[in-house]
Amino acid sequence: MDKLRLRFSKTGRAVYISHLDLMRTMQRAFARAGVALRYSEGFNPHAKISIILPLGVGTASLCEYMDFALAEDRDPGSLPEVLDPYLPEGIRALEAYEAPCKGSELRWLRLEGVMRAGRDAAFYTDFFTRPSIPVEHRAKRGVRTDDIAPAIQAVQFDDIPDGVAAKLILHAQEPTVSPELMMAALGPDAPAYFRFTRLEAFKEDMTPFR
Amino acid sequence: MEINEKIDALLRQVQRPARYVGGEYNQVVKDKADVDVRVAFCFPDTYEIGMSNLGMKILYGVMNDMPGVWCERAFAPWGDMALAMRREGIPLWALESGDPLSDFDVIAVSIGYEMAYTTVLDMLDMGGIPLRAADRPGLKPLVMAGGGCMCNIEPMAAFFDLCFLGEGEDMDREVLELYQKAKTEGWDKPRFLRAAAQIQGVYVPSLYDVSYNADGTVASVTAKDGAPEKVRKRIVEDFDGCYYPTKPVVPSTEVVHDRVSLEVFRGCIRGCRFCQAGHTNRPVRSRSAQTLLRLGRETLENTGYQELNLSSLSTSDYRDLGPLCDGLLDYCRPRGVSLSLPSLRADNFSMDIMQRVQQVRKSGLTFAPEAGTQRLRDVINKNVSEEDLLNSCRIAFEGGWNNVKLYFMLGLPTETDEDVLGIAELAKKVFWTWKQHAANKSRGVRITVSTSEFIPKPHTPFQWEAQVSREEYMRRVSLLTDALARAKSVTYNWHDAQMSLVEAALARGDRRVGDVIERVWRAGGRLESWSEYFDLDRWLEAFPACGLDIDFYATRERPVEELQPWEHMDCAVSRRHLERERRRAYEGVLTPDCRAGCAGCGAASLLKEGVCRG
Repeated sequence: MDKLRLRFSKTGRAVYISHLDLMRTMQRAFARAGVALRYSEGFNPHAKISIILPLGVGTASLCEYMDFALAEDRDPGSLPEVLDPYLPEGIRALEAYEAPCKGSELRWLRLEGVMRAGRDAAFYTDFFTRPSIPVEHRAKRGVRTDDIAPAIQAVQFDDIPDGVAAKLILHAQEPTVSPELMMAALGPDAPAYFRFTRLEAFKEDMTPFR
Repeated sequence: MEINEKIDALLRQVQRPARYVGGEYNQVVKDKADVDVRVAFCFPDTYEIGMSNLGMKILYGVMNDMPGVWCERAFAPWGDMALAMRREGIPLWALESGDPLSDFDVIAVSIGYEMAYTTVLDMLDMGGIPLRAADRPGLKPLVMAGGGCMCNIEPMAAFFDLCFLGEGEDMDREVLELYQKAKTEGWDKPRFLRAAAQIQGVYVPSLYDVSYNADGTVASVTAKDGAPEKVRKRIVEDFDGCYYPTKPVVPSTEVVHDRVSLEVFRGCIRGCRFCQAGHTNRPVRSRSAQTLLRLGRETLENTGYQELNLSSLSTSDYRDLGPLCDGLLDYCRPRGVSLSLPSLRADNFSMDIMQRVQQVRKSGLTFAPEAGTQRLRDVINKNVSEEDLLNSCRIAFEGGWNNVKLYFMLGLPTETDEDVLGIAELAKKVFWTWKQHAANKSRGVRITVSTSEFIPKPHTPFQWEAQVSREEYMRRVSLLTDALARAKSVTYNWHDAQMSLVEAALARGDRRVGDVIERVWRAGGRLESWSEYFDLDRWLEAFPACGLDIDFYATRERPVEELQPWEHMDCAVSRRHLERERRRAYEGVLTPDCRAGCAGCGAASLLKEGVCRG
């Protein structure tokens, strides 16, 4: 069973688990559930698993994808039920199936979040619908400036008590725009606190990614 | 626990926030409606260290198996988090419920290292618990402590209501049952403490009065209110049938020892004269290979860990190590689980096991000859000969290993410059052994020599010894550095002696040292076992400020007839045995291990039949 894919959610306390720790956590959950992952050959064997789009620490998600290979034949459809009791709090296995496409075809993400102690909805809407949004980031050679505007497909900001509710559709891979990068672009107008959740993933043409 | 935005905002500012939120697989969450006693188990170090501690896993399981008791975990936050919590006025919480320590009935602290003392105070304070037992008049919160440091907990006596001397599996349960009863029946704290002091192994510091001589030495320790004159260490006699945590919490973030730790036996048959654990954990009690295989398999299944470690003070001395390893390997190999064996002795048998276990990955080999010459190794009763060591190295090099670490102590009693230079000679001989026997010389060899300063510890034959001064330690370090300067393929690391000085003073301190610890904590001392947080100057300021002299505790040789501050702690090895062992050290006479011949240390008296089976 070579190219299997698991969709899982990562919410609650689990949002603080880093990408690297998550790999280890998933591997252990499979072992506890008695589902044999396939291991690489060689001197230092490691489980063949990869998480398609690393999630920043602190961001929640209902649409995480992990590709893996099994050392045994098993109906992938039954895996969520088998795995779920062995996952730590906040991680839930949602569905598993043979991967219909490459992970690199995941291109857009729909996110929701809140921003507090910053500006109002009108300000953010204005800021993120400009034709060009330069953001500086530290690259290997000094500081580089990128324009993230083309990677922001849609934004919606609404004033709520104590802050702003945000709905975003962002390009997820090549180039990658994360809520963190958007907040960085705001510079001194960045909210003191923000928190986002990934809701749904799409391919380049905005058809659902599976 | 529910994470609100205030705490979420905090977690986003700090490194590795996963260590502060709990929620791991196998954590125990109970319904508060079914719970009458809530325990916060505090480990005075980081999550990464505390979650590696087997004792904590055991007692977490033991306490949570009790109906009506819910035991949660708390660890010391790293500096960035501690600062942020204090700035925001957020108290230290326990990981399972997220409730502050001040909500708990019992605060249980595990202390295995003296340098954690200031961290204990910091955790209590961060949790909103008054530091001193005298400032906690009620039954709640009750602050209890256990762990290796209890064999002389006098420096922390003012802060604890109750201490556990020895192993906690039975004793902790008995004390909590008594607490349940006390809470239901509405006892006051003094009544509870008086009753608890009757349980074997329980030490209630407030029930002992200490007086001092004019020269600062202890004059007398007097028990009152029916407390026993000497607190007798508690052990679990049936170790084979004893509780073992087969469903430990599996951290979601990497910790130091991220693996199954299978405790094969307790105690140690060797009588290394500097070793506190080897003297305070006697007598030796083992688990059968059959039990260990079952426990190992169950724990691997319940955790999903990819590594299993056979732990004890000297795993080579486990009688059925060969069959145990074979049995475990049969299970582990097909599942990609690796087996690790720490603390192996440098002998043929161990090397054979090592080769069987580590067929694939050849990690480094570590040996601890502790001293550079046979004379000094005989003084400390380290039964390892140069021939054994070089023979083990030969087998290792022939088998393809090319990385050897050698651990030594400097400042051992009777050490001369010749002994120090002997370390360099030994390292060079290891290099020559590699040259003659290496399977593949093109890969080179790495020999690492490490030294740390000898720290005299209570309940050992060296408990009366002086620690050498920092200056003298540094002189010996430079002597060795020079001797190794031109040695090929040898790296020399030495541990700084600053921390050793404080550790020595705390290890053999009396109750008056408690003021020093509190003063150092008030000056910012916490997480001091971490070099980035340790500051000797704080201690050098605090001792005289409290009217005490650090050298009185660290570098003073005690006359044998002097009453030591810890003598009301009875760890079952007799004073007579320790004195005899000290004399034999100075005579350079070896004492055989417990199996080769019983030395009559006294520990067998803890067993019902009075016979120790080694």
